Amino acid sequence: MTLKFLKLSLAAAAAATAFVSLPAHAGKTLEAIKARGQVICGVHTGLAGFSQADSAGAWSGLDVDYCKALAAAVLNDATKVKWVPLNAQQRFTALQSGEIDVLSRNTTDTLSRDASLGLHFVATNFYDGQGFLVKKGKVTSAKQLKGAAVCVQAGTTTEKNMADFSRANNLNLKPVVFEKIEAATGAYFSGRCQAYTTDASGLASTRAKEAKDPSEHVILPDLISKEPLGPMVRRGDDEWLAIARWVLFGLIEAEEFGIKQSNVEEMKKSTDPQIGRMLGSTEDLGKHLGLDKEWLARAITATGNYGEIFERNVGSKTALNLPRGKNALWTNGGLMYAPPLR
Amino acid sequence: MIEAQPIPKNKTRSMSWGSREGRGLIYQLVAIAAVAALIWLLVTNTLANMRLRGIQSGYDFMSQPFGFDVSETLIPYDVMSTYWIAFAIGLANTLKVAVLGIFLATVVGTLIGIGRFSSNFLVRKVCYGYVEFFRNVPVYLQLLIWYIVFTDLLPSFDDAWVMGHAYLSKGGLSFPWPVWKTGQSLAVIGLLIALMPSYVYARRARKHFDMTGKNRPVLPVVFSLIVALSLLGWLVGGAPMEWSLPEKGFFQVEGGSSLSPEFMSLLVGLVLYTAAFIAEIVRSGIASVSLGQHEAAASLGLGKRQSMRLVVLPQALRVIIPPLTSQYLNLTKNSSLAVAIGYPELVSIANTTLNQTGRAIEALSIVMLVYLMLSLITAALMNWFNASSAIRER
Repeated sequence: MTLKFLKLSLAAAAAATAFVSLPAHAGKTLEAIKARGQVICGVHTGLAGFSQADSAGAWSGLDVDYCKALAAAVLNDATKVKWVPLNAQQRFTALQSGEIDVLSRNTTDTLSRDASLGLHFVATNFYDGQGFLVKKGKVTSAKQLKGAAVCVQAGTTTEKNMADFSRANNLNLKPVVFEKIEAATGAYFSGRCQAYTTDASGLASTRAKEAKDPSEHVILPDLISKEPLGPMVRRGDDEWLAIARWVLFGLIEAEEFGIKQSNVEEMKKSTDPQIGRMLGSTEDLGKHLGLDKEWLARAITATGNYGEIFERNVGSKTALNLPRGKNALWTNGGLMYAPPLR
Repeated sequence: MIEAQPIPKNKTRSMSWGSREGRGLIYQLVAIAAVAALIWLLVTNTLANMRLRGIQSGYDFMSQPFGFDVSETLIPYDVMSTYWIAFAIGLANTLKVAVLGIFLATVVGTLIGIGRFSSNFLVRKVCYGYVEFFRNVPVYLQLLIWYIVFTDLLPSFDDAWVMGHAYLSKGGLSFPWPVWKTGQSLAVIGLLIALMPSYVYARRARKHFDMTGKNRPVLPVVFSLIVALSLLGWLVGGAPMEWSLPEKGFFQVEGGSSLSPEFMSLLVGLVLYTAAFIAEIVRSGIASVSLGQHEAAASLGLGKRQSMRLVVLPQALRVIIPPLTSQYLNLTKNSSLAVAIGYPELVSIANTTLNQTGRAIEALSIVMLVYLMLSLITAALMNWFNASSAIRER
């Protein structure tokens, strides 16, 4: 081999290197958001009550409100959010690759997701469980579903939970797995499957949105799994993780202290020192997070506290009509317990 | 007389920049090195990034139990079956659709392709309309439409249509199936054994026809040979006569064998779509044989069927087989659209795997490899068939 050949091949390899390089270490999400002027939020493609776009393109829902609160806390403006609808297969890769800053898409916190994907679970914003939706009249309990065909969407914890439940109770359930949620619900309502399974909140949302006669369908009372749903962020940026967690905890703590969307300004004058800390009138907690002292006040003004978010999106006045249940404050018998903001 | 002799070729290959050969060689080596360097950089970059972000990688998940249920499978599995078995189940389901689909699409496509030459006006126009419609609608839409047809038009499970011992409903088509014992396995082995002497006999009958012009009966002999050997295998296995009859349970039919509406709609959709393309390929093959051949065959006294079989088809096959290979590969790959209608083939199982384990790159690389292998095997078989049906020039 001549020297010329070696020189040529080295030159070619060097040229190839110019196109490919290691990107900057993942971190500094807050700086990128401030520079961009926008929070990029990954949401569900369309799940009533959690994240749904209306005909004008405006997004609403429990998960959507969380991102709005986050944008208000970080960027002073709840509208500075870019919404990226994602299906169950794309959601983790979009977050891992840096395409989105936060994934607020009713994702269940599990060990494998928290530990092996390079992602962090932020905190639970909705305690749920997996259930079955069936036509009224034939069965009253999930344990009677022997041999039923069950429609399920691909790529969720649902399939494994259903298999575990089926084996434990000797039910021989037949899963019919679809990629798109509309195909799965369509097959259930057309009668191909005798049951549809997903988180109970998703069942309520589907029944409200797609059933011709919602009273003909019943959600069976057995919840076969624990599904703590909440947002996720990337590993390697603890600063952003802290902001994401404490915005959520702040909204929950605000409900505990009675701070509502309508009375934020009045509450700033309150003599209660804890409220003063939260709203920034006595102490500045925001600087620990890299934000200014009005961070939580802005968030609550934008979306209300956790209870208001719940009532607005999935509460008794909406089509889903979900009771607070496990999502009530700990003082009311539920599981929503925020660590103190101080 | 001076004999013209060719100029002796230069034996040594030159690597210098000066000669055209040398330059060509250098360019090729540089290109190969550049591509190899690019691939190596991409792979190491991806692995480094994944390590940096804490994303676990590797194929070690394949020996873990997969834990989810699959609604239809040719391979039995239990709670401890590993992901290897899961991918095997997906592959078996893909092959089931691909093999049946290729066979049926060829039959339907050939009939429609020949129908375009019919002297009957209605047949000609119907075939034309079929090809134009099924070729031009996207296959994804066609599959969705067939799935809606199968799940909306069929009655619900409670009101299933009963035909003797068979049930047809939204839950699928259930029919009696023999309880599989050694007798049936031996019958299948007998069938396979009978294929070899049948092929040999067919070739010898053909040679005899070439030599003497006398026709030996091929089809009845081959058929009776296959049936006899299968029957013999079945008798040797103890002549098992037990059938598993489907019975209506609470939510599903138990017993017998069944075809799910997902499988049926996928098969029908893919067959009708691919048959439209195959019809055009067959039509072009037959049209490529010049009119002179038909006339020459007629002048030799060959009837219409004989001329088609002995003169037109061998020449048409040369034109038909290469694009037919592409259509077979298309059908195999289009079966991956089954994720949209809920049939658990390879891509659907890989989707579930990558969501449960988080190993997106690994799962997709396995799927890509499998499809590559299937396509290469299909292409190799078709190439062998092409070579064996080529017209041997004298």
